[in-house]
Amino acid sequence: MNLAFVVMLPFLGAFLPPLVERVTGNRTLLACGAAALPALALALLFDPARKVFAGETLHSTLTWIPSLDLSLAFRLDGLALLFALLVLGIGLLVILYARYYLSAKEKAGRFYAYLLLFMGAMLGVVTSDNLLLLVVFWELTSLSSFLLIGFWGHQTGARKGARMAMTVTGMGGLALLAGVLLIGDVVGSFSLTEVLASGDLIRGSELYPLILCLVLLGAFTKSAQFPFHFWLPHAMAAPTPVSAYLHSATMVKAGVFLLARLYPALAGTDLWFEIVTLAGMATLLWGAAVALFQHDLKGLLAYSTISHLGLITLLFGLNSQLAAVAAVFHIINHATFKASLFMAAGIIDHETGTRDMRRINGLWKYMPYTAVLAMVASAAMAGVPLLNGFLSKEMFFTETLQSEQLGAMSWLLPLGATLGGVFSVAYSARFIHDVFFNGEPINLPKYPPHEPPRYMKVPVEILVALCVAVGVFPAITVAGLLAVAATATLGGELPEYHLAIWHGFNLPLVMSFIALFGGIFVYSQRRRLFDLWARLPELDAKLVFEGRIQQLGRLASAITGRLQNGSLQSYVAWGVTLVAVILLTQMWHLPALSLDVGMLPMDGVAVLCTAMLVAAAFLTTILHRHRMTSIMSLSVVGLMVSLLFVRFSAPDLALTQLSVEVVTMLLLMLAMYFLPVRTKVESSSVRVVRDVLLALVVGAGVAVMAFLVMTGDTTTISQFFMDNSKSGGGGTNVVNVILVDFRGFDTFGEITVLGIAAMGIYALLKDLNLASAKYDSLGRPWAKDAHPLVLVTISRPLLPLALLIAVYIFLRGHNLPGGGFVAGLITSVALVLQYVASGVGWVHSRMPGDYHPVVALGVLLAGLTGVGSWVFGYPFLTSSFTYVSLPVIGKFELATAMLFDTGVFLTVVGSTLLMLANLGKLSLLDDKREEA
Amino acid sequence: MELLVAIIIGVLVASGVYLCLRARTFPVVMGLTLLSYGVNVFLFAMGGLKMNQVAVVGMSPDPTDPLPQALVLTAIVIGFAMTAFLVVLALRSQGELHNDHVDGKPDDGGRS
Repeated sequence: MNLAFVVMLPFLGAFLPPLVERVTGNRTLLACGAAALPALALALLFDPARKVFAGETLHSTLTWIPSLDLSLAFRLDGLALLFALLVLGIGLLVILYARYYLSAKEKAGRFYAYLLLFMGAMLGVVTSDNLLLLVVFWELTSLSSFLLIGFWGHQTGARKGARMAMTVTGMGGLALLAGVLLIGDVVGSFSLTEVLASGDLIRGSELYPLILCLVLLGAFTKSAQFPFHFWLPHAMAAPTPVSAYLHSATMVKAGVFLLARLYPALAGTDLWFEIVTLAGMATLLWGAAVALFQHDLKGLLAYSTISHLGLITLLFGLNSQLAAVAAVFHIINHATFKASLFMAAGIIDHETGTRDMRRINGLWKYMPYTAVLAMVASAAMAGVPLLNGFLSKEMFFTETLQSEQLGAMSWLLPLGATLGGVFSVAYSARFIHDVFFNGEPINLPKYPPHEPPRYMKVPVEILVALCVAVGVFPAITVAGLLAVAATATLGGELPEYHLAIWHGFNLPLVMSFIALFGGIFVYSQRRRLFDLWARLPELDAKLVFEGRIQQLGRLASAITGRLQNGSLQSYVAWGVTLVAVILLTQMWHLPALSLDVGMLPMDGVAVLCTAMLVAAAFLTTILHRHRMTSIMSLSVVGLMVSLLFVRFSAPDLALTQLSVEVVTMLLLMLAMYFLPVRTKVESSSVRVVRDVLLALVVGAGVAVMAFLVMTGDTTTISQFFMDNSKSGGGGTNVVNVILVDFRGFDTFGEITVLGIAAMGIYALLKDLNLASAKYDSLGRPWAKDAHPLVLVTISRPLLPLALLIAVYIFLRGHNLPGGGFVAGLITSVALVLQYVASGVGWVHSRMPGDYHPVVALGVLLAGLTGVGSWVFGYPFLTSSFTYVSLPVIGKFELATAMLFDTGVFLTVVGSTLLMLANLGKLSLLDDKREEA
Repeated sequence: MELLVAIIIGVLVASGVYLCLRARTFPVVMGLTLLSYGVNVFLFAMGGLKMNQVAVVGMSPDPTDPLPQALVLTAIVIGFAMTAFLVVLALRSQGELHNDHVDGKPDDGGRS
């Protein structure tokens, strides 16, 4: 049986209730729909359970993200089986209970869906064999419990309680993730099986204290341990079935489950003892004491749960095998009696309309049957003999007596334990006496209360019967399950212990009796204690928490408001500042600058050209307010850059740069026609100084980096391209072969971007109304002349010549500098020249002015060339070539790369002309408007 | 030579950055153009500098590194497309908002 399938069943089941709800309004059918798949999961566990009882550990693994060592790995050992039974078994009882608890008006389908979602997540937590997977499910339980606590989202308390639970357990989840990542780092694997086998490695690691603290943060927040306990009472805003399920048996147990699960890997050190025992003891005492003073029925149970979770944590902290057995035993017992108590509390709430114990009194007369059930469960909670709570509590007392880890202060442990026991009896007594006796009910919203529907009591009956059965016949009921679960917790070895009601008259029994009578005495003094409690300053965790959250929110919005002020200019400044900071801080790691390295010799021409370039760049910057002048000096920069490419053996780049330079200048001139001719002076001098500094830092940093790379030793992968260009790509111009063959996919992406940019420009220019300036910067009106005759005369014969050159450049591109990009740009320049010389009207009357199809055709051709290789069973864009001999022309090469390059060519021509021609048409529109 | 190229890169980047930080669209476009020149030369220089050693098989005894060239070649074309897009965006914002400030509204006088 595949475990993964069992875990997935509740998740699949989550889809069922909302679907059933659409078909029928029958709530019983709905509950059956919700219960179907969990019941199936429980049934499917039967056979694996037999194997586990036989001592096997079942594994099932599906790979998920192997590179992260994250697999869908599940394991079923005793501990996982115990929790799986709790999750599924109590889950089914809760579904039955919720059938009667939820009123007809409520969205029961949604409720069951959340409940099953949680069930699946919890099942995942307990059966994961991969720590990362465990964290994933862990977070899922936080998320789904958020939905469940906030189910009555119309109530403020529900919303706030859900948010608080989410925040606290979510933060713990993050800490757990960090801890798990560190464990994976130390062990070298996230597999739980390997981690459990590497306990010594982890405990010996330097990171152990950090790992322990992080993992414990996760466990303590989830299990509501002091000082993270405050979220649990507020989670009581949830519907009671949720509390019965999440806050007694399952979710809060996830934390102690984690302690049990990682016990072989993390426990056994002094640090573990100190933190876990201390937190457990504090939680045990605090929870038990505060529980007595709660007037809310569920509040009492919530604090009691906190206290019992503290007890379990304390047991795990004792670093003794028997204590761990007792802890696992108490997990079982607490789940049964606390779930039934929550359900009983829900019944009382349901039948009386209130949970306030100051008003609920004397219910014995009205609902005796429920009263008996609740009283038995409370007695189990108090640790009364013949009930399950008594057995594990005895074991707890025994263990605290045996621990000697506190040295001379070891008596503190049994003392604290007894004190906890006293309060535990006191609040249990209150639950019994205050609710079912103690006079008559006061002003109940629903009067008279009566017994709930028959089947609402069934889940409580089952759980209470279990309490009694375990309490009276531990050896034949729970012993087997406890043994396999405890064996799995301890990592294979099981200490000797006896589950018996009577161990003889010994010290733990005395402690039990002290607790029993002490508790009853404390309860009898309750009036005085309540008065005392009322005089204490009230500390509302919710208010404090909300206040902190709001502070955080205000801080965040203040920071965001400061950074995201809506000014793009300041965003750019922030971005550049960040670059400058990175440059400045990382520069220390670079080797010292030295001019005494092997450099190519300088010559006069190079120095002169550099000087021109630098001067032109500065001029562009300094004169940027005079836009025309600035454009002109910019073009000088561009031309110098293309000369630089020529000088350093990059003819392809030089050709490309040169032709791009021409179209860029045309573009800027066209744009300038519509923009203000001068830039106003508006930056404050502070800003100018700041920007100059930023520019200098970034410029200097980049220059230093470039210099270091150029003069340093570099290795290159280019030898591969040099060697394979001719044989693999069929061309000798390696740059072009890289573009159309080796890295053809990149080029394909790039021409697609080019096409998209052109389309974007077309869309932006559509329906754009712009008024052009009428005068230049010196106040002279723009020329209204027809197109100058000389330009017209020269440009027309130039067109065929330029196209011829483009064809030549294109064809030779595979073997000599040239290719589709350059040829496309030359063609564009030749055509744009016609626009400039003769006007849009003249050009469009002679050739179609629609360039979209050209762009599309280009991208399509390049893409189809790539797809074509699929036909022959090769990967995308595999090129092939052959040599053909024709008379007259002679032998030449035909390569599919040429087809691809044609696609590049068409895209470049189409895009460039689409941009420029449409921009040019804007002025035409403007002229027409003026005439009209 | 390497020193000269490094100076060129530094000057191009510094001028580009300064202009990019201006408030009006036109200088920003100019700045981006300068910056892309600078970045292109920077990328190109990553392959090391060689004179008269074109990366064509059989033409040079010790050919230069062709890979940065191939990268820069497409970068030049894409850079043009980006500049064009930006220019048109500036025009559109001029048309819609009737000013050419990069923030879409007149400046607050150099604060922030």
